[in-house]
Amino acid sequence: MGSDVKLRSALGRARGLGSAREGVGHFYAQRATAIGMIPLSLWFVISVIGLTHADYATLLDWVGQPLNATLLSLTVLTAMYHAQLGVEVVIADYVHGETLKFTLLTASTMAAFLLGAVMVVSILKVAVGV
Amino acid sequence: MVEIALPANSRVQPGKTVPAPAGATRVKRFNIYRYDPDSGTNPRLDTFEIDLDACGPMVLDALLKIKNEIDSTLTFRRSCREGICGSCAMNIGGANTLACLKPIADIEGDVSIYPLPHMPVVKDLVADLSVPYAQFASVRPWMQTQSPTPPDSERLQSPEERELLDGLWECILCFCCQTSCPSYWWNGDRYLGPAVLLQAARWIFDSRDEMTGERLDTLEDPFKLYRCHTIMNCTQTCPKGLNPARAIGAIKGKLIERRA
Repeated sequence: MGSDVKLRSALGRARGLGSAREGVGHFYAQRATAIGMIPLSLWFVISVIGLTHADYATLLDWVGQPLNATLLSLTVLTAMYHAQLGVEVVIADYVHGETLKFTLLTASTMAAFLLGAVMVVSILKVAVGV
Repeated sequence: MVEIALPANSRVQPGKTVPAPAGATRVKRFNIYRYDPDSGTNPRLDTFEIDLDACGPMVLDALLKIKNEIDSTLTFRRSCREGICGSCAMNIGGANTLACLKPIADIEGDVSIYPLPHMPVVKDLVADLSVPYAQFASVRPWMQTQSPTPPDSERLQSPEERELLDGLWECILCFCCQTSCPSYWWNGDRYLGPAVLLQAARWIFDSRDEMTGERLDTLEDPFKLYRCHTIMNCTQTCPKGLNPARAIGAIKGKLIERRA
């Protein structure tokens, strides 16, 4: 599309393909997850400091408690969602080739899903003790 | 696309130096970007030494002095010389502003003058603004209504409703903000940019306009609106002291408001 649209009027190019009618959901989710990460991160950091000198068994026991397993899962899922939204913004800002952009957007989404799933399954494995 | 270095044919070469007349005591050096598309050569940076005792106080005065007395081929836009027409927008001392409102005394050392950044250059300090103008037209910057025009009166607006337009109507479309925005540099073909979004806000917040929803529909787009990351170069550089970043934030707020 790049070089063969030069005879199109400036207004035609400015109007382009029109509005995607989306973006507010992405904007809202990015901020909502950022706010959600504040208490979750605080809880996580304080908990880890409290476990500084704990042995392995104590740590496993801590992860295995239902509230801790729940909050840990929420923390990693919120972090992955927020990270994926952020990476999308960076890609949209800086990557312009449509093929490369689409590939990177898909890959980053898959990576976020994969990392999120691995972490939640790991937490559940400790919590449920399978 | 992000471009870290200029293309080879856009790299600026050293140009000529015109010394100040003998006997000048208050000499200021003006380093001015020159580009002549007909010459086939790269842009160059010419230096003009100006005697400030024989020159008006503003950067525009110096440019006019150079054009009138030293080099008549120096090309730039200017009209009102009082910050209301927006013609003489250029990059002066590293920041976009209006040459007519920028005192020479405000600039320490040499005065560097370039055209508005990241735009095609027509000649010297004249940037090609046809894309921003078209983007401006694309937001339909006029009042749109469905109710018929009142037969015997104007469309009324309370003082409070009118106040919502303060900080928006004063924009003179000089595009200093537009061309200072990194997001606009990287995505200027799809992102509408701070000047156009401020103008869009000017109609979204006009109580007499009846197409607010349609205006918001048009803007709700990852590129047209949401490339704004509140970098705020726009607000910092606006020669009229306006706040495009806040206007864009207000549009984003309206989009949240209508779905909450």
